[in-house]
Amino acid sequence: MTKSLLALSDLHVTFSTRRGLVEAVRGVTLSLGEGEMLGLVGESGSGKSVTGFAITRLLDAAGRITAGDIRFRGQDITRISAGDFRHLHGAAMAMIFQNPRAALNPIRAVGDQIADAITAHKRMPRDEARAQALGLLRAVQIRDPEKRMAAYPHELSGGMCQRVMIAMAISCNPALLIADEPTTGLDVTTQKVVMDLLTGIAAERGMATILITHDLGLAARYCRRVVVMEQGRLVEEAEPKTLFRAPQHPYTRRLVAASPTASSRIADLVPEEERGRHAAMHVALKPQPAPGTPPLLEVQKLTKRFDQGAAAVANFSMTISTGESVGLVGESGSGKSTTSRIICRLIDPSEGEIAFEGQSIGHIPARDFHRSLFRKDIQIVFQDPNDSLNPRFTAFDCIAHPLLRLGGMRPGDALRQRVEECAQRVGLGIELLTRFPHQLSGGQKARVGIARAIACRPRLLVLDEPTAALDVSVQAVVLQLLDRLRREDDLAFLFVSHDLNVVRMMCDRTIVLQNGHIVEQGESRAMFDNPKTAYTRELVEAVPHIEPKLAATAS
Amino acid sequence: MIRAGRRFLSSLPALFGVLVFTFLLMRVLPGDPAVFFASGPNAGKEEIEVIRKQMGLNKPVPEQLMLYLYDVGSGNLGRSMMTGQLVTKDLRERLPASLELTLTALLIALLSAVPLGVLAALRPGSIIDHGVRFFCALGVCVPTFVSGLLLIYVFYYLLGLAPDPTGRVDIFASLPPRQTGFLLIDFLLAGDFDGWWAAFRQLILPALSMALFVVAPLARITRASMLVSLGSDFVRTAHSLGLPWWQVVVTYALRNAILPVITIAGIVFSTMLGANVLVEKVFSWPGVASYALDALLSSDYAPVQGFVLLMATVFVIVNLLVDILYGVADPRVTIG
Repeated sequence: MTKSLLALSDLHVTFSTRRGLVEAVRGVTLSLGEGEMLGLVGESGSGKSVTGFAITRLLDAAGRITAGDIRFRGQDITRISAGDFRHLHGAAMAMIFQNPRAALNPIRAVGDQIADAITAHKRMPRDEARAQALGLLRAVQIRDPEKRMAAYPHELSGGMCQRVMIAMAISCNPALLIADEPTTGLDVTTQKVVMDLLTGIAAERGMATILITHDLGLAARYCRRVVVMEQGRLVEEAEPKTLFRAPQHPYTRRLVAASPTASSRIADLVPEEERGRHAAMHVALKPQPAPGTPPLLEVQKLTKRFDQGAAAVANFSMTISTGESVGLVGESGSGKSTTSRIICRLIDPSEGEIAFEGQSIGHIPARDFHRSLFRKDIQIVFQDPNDSLNPRFTAFDCIAHPLLRLGGMRPGDALRQRVEECAQRVGLGIELLTRFPHQLSGGQKARVGIARAIACRPRLLVLDEPTAALDVSVQAVVLQLLDRLRREDDLAFLFVSHDLNVVRMMCDRTIVLQNGHIVEQGESRAMFDNPKTAYTRELVEAVPHIEPKLAATAS
Repeated sequence: MIRAGRRFLSSLPALFGVLVFTFLLMRVLPGDPAVFFASGPNAGKEEIEVIRKQMGLNKPVPEQLMLYLYDVGSGNLGRSMMTGQLVTKDLRERLPASLELTLTALLIALLSAVPLGVLAALRPGSIIDHGVRFFCALGVCVPTFVSGLLLIYVFYYLLGLAPDPTGRVDIFASLPPRQTGFLLIDFLLAGDFDGWWAAFRQLILPALSMALFVVAPLARITRASMLVSLGSDFVRTAHSLGLPWWQVVVTYALRNAILPVITIAGIVFSTMLGANVLVEKVFSWPGVASYALDALLSSDYAPVQGFVLLMATVFVIVNLLVDILYGVADPRVTIG
C-alpha cells in the first residue's frame, strides 16, 4: 500500500436550494494513495462531481461541506483559509473539466492562459513562463505548438482544448489531478487519445488521479480501482474486473447490466430479476414484402455542400426497407447529422434523389415539406430531450401538436384518447401529461419526445443520438422501448449515433461515414466483429469495454 | 476594416430615409416659417407671399424635396433664419461643445459605473449591492434638469466651488485659437493651463448631471454580465489553478464581461448627444441640441433637418466604432 495522499472521511455536502436543503453527498469515506488512479463512477445526481468539487473547494456558492473532513497529505483542508487554499490550487491539486472549450477563457490566447497558470505559483519573467507554456503544449502533443500558443479556444477542436486544459492542470506538477468527465462530448477516437495522454502523463509524473465518469467502460479501462456512487453514497468499491464480473450491490448490478458492451443484446440491459415483459414478448416473424415493391426509403447519390465549400456529404446512397433498422455512425464532422436531416427533409440536398415508397420527395423544398403527405410518415426523435421540447407546452400539448397539425385531428375527446394511448405506449404515466418539460426527468422528457414522434404513426423514424444525453440505466429502458415500438408497428429506424455498442444492438445494418463518404457498410454484428477498413477498426478499438480483452490483461 | 466599410455603406440607405422623412415631417407640422419671419404680426399678405417665394415654399413639395436633396448632396444644408448663418457653420461651431460635454459625461459614467457594477457583482445581495442599486435608481429617477439645478444650488450657490453656469467659458475670458473645437484640448495645445482649468470647472457640473442619469444602465449591465462571467466555467478553471484574486476578476471575468457594456455605452452615447437639451438649457451650454430646439420652436426648417441628419450620422459612426471596438476586444468576432 502506497502512502495515503488524500483521505475523505464521512464527507457530507449540502446545497441550499429554493426547495430547501438538498444533501448531495451523504457520508463518503475514501482514500487515495500517491500516484494511484481511482475511478469514481455514477449516474447524474449521484454526487460524484460534487465530491470532486468539494475536494478542490470549487463548489458553487450554494454548496457547503456540512460534516466530515478531507485530509490532504495529513492536513484537514476543509479548515484552511481561502488564501492558503489558493496555494494548493494548481500547485498541489488541479482539476480537468467537462466541456473543455467552456473551461478556457474565450478571449485569451491559450499560451497566455497556460503562462498565467505557471506564474500563479512561481515568480518568473513573462518570457520564461511562455517558454515553459510552449514546453507544456509539446508535452500534451499538440501539433505545431509555436503556432498554437497564439490560438484562441474557439480556433481549436474539443480534443485540442482538452489537451490545453491538461497542460494547464499539470503546469505546476500537482500531486493530485481530478478529471471530471474529461472526455464526455468528445469522439471515441479523440477520447482514447486524450485518455491515453492523461494517464501517460499522470504515470510519468507520479500524479494521483481521480477519474470521475459516468462511463463504466472508461473507468474499467484506465483505473486500477473503481468506486461506484449512488445518491450521494458509496455503494461498492473494487477492482474493475471483480466489480464487473461479480457486482455485489444491486445498484452496481443494474448499472453493469445497463452498460452496453460488444456482446450485449437489448434484452440484457436490465438485470435478470427485473426482466419480464420485454423478454417474454412474442416477436412475430415479419412477412416478406412482395417482390417488386419499392423499398421504404431509397437515397441515391446524395450530396450536400454548405456555402460552396467542401461537400459535407458526398455521393451517399442507401435503402431502408419496412421495419428495418439502419445505423449511421461516424465521428463529429463526418456528416451523419447532415445526412439524417436531409432524409427527414429538414434541409435540402445539393444533389441526389430521395424516394419514399417509390415516390420522389427529394425535390420538395424543406420549407414546404410540412405540407407534404409524407411528413407524418417520416418523423424525428431529437438528441437533446431538454431543448427539443417547447418549454411553454405541457407534455400533452407536445404529443397533441403533431396530431393537430399533421393528423388532422380537432381538440376533443378523440384527441385526448389518442394522446393518452401514445403516452401509455411509451410508458409515460397519464398523470404526467399536464406537466411542463422542466417538471419532468430526463428519461420522461425522452419519452415525451418519442411519443410525439410516433403520434402520427410514422413509417420511418429518424433518431438523432436519442440517448446521448441520458444516463445508462435510463438509456437501457429507452432503447428497449424503441425496440419494442419498432417491432409492434413495423417501424423502420435510421439510427444516428456515435455509440457503436448501442448501434450494434439496435441496428440490423450499419453505415460508417467519414468526412461525408461511406467507408463501410454491412450487417452490424459482422461488420463490428470483423471490420474491413482501417477507419472502422479504429472506431471499434477506441470504444472502452467493461471487460478489457484477455490479451490486454495478460500482457 | 473591410467589414467596417461594408457596414458604413449599408447604413447609407437608412441615412437617406432619415433625410426624406424629416423633410416631410417638417412640412406636415403646423406652423409657417414665412409668417414667423415676416416683419411682425401685422405683416400683410403680400409681404408673407414674397417671403414664401424667397424661401421657395410656393413650389410643390416634391420639387422642394428634390431641390433639398440636391443641396444636401452638394454639402449645403441651407441657411438658418434665426441666426442668419449657414446651418453647416452653426453646427460646426456647436457640435464640439456638445461632443465635449457628452464624452466627458460618458467617461465619468463609465469610470463610476464599471467599478460599481463589479463591486455589486462580487457580493450579490450584500449591502454594497443594495447601495449600488439605490444609487442607480436615484440617478434614473431624478431628471437631468433637476439634478443639474441641484448641483448648481449646492456647488455654485451654497459652496461657491463652481463658476456660474453660463456656458463653456467665462464671458470675459479669452478663447484659445480654435483647432479641434474641444476647449480642453485647444487650451492644452495653446499651453494655457489657467484657461484649461476654467473650462474644466465650467464643464464638470453639466457633465456630472448628465453622467448621473446614465450610470444606472451601465452599472446594471456591468453587474449582470459580470455575474454571468463570474459564474462561468473559465472563471472556475482560473480558481482551480490558483490564479491571484485580482487576475481572476480583472483579466478573466471583467474582460469578458465588458463586451456588452461596450454595446450599451455606444447606444447611451448616441442618446445622450441628442437628448441632453435639458442640461444644455440649464447650463446655457451652446450645444447642438438647444440650437435644434430653438429652431424647432420657430419653425426654422433647415437647422432642424440638419440636426437630425447630423444625429443620424453620429449614430452610424458610433455604432461603427462600437463594432470595431468589439472586434478588438473579442477575437471570436471575425473581421472580413
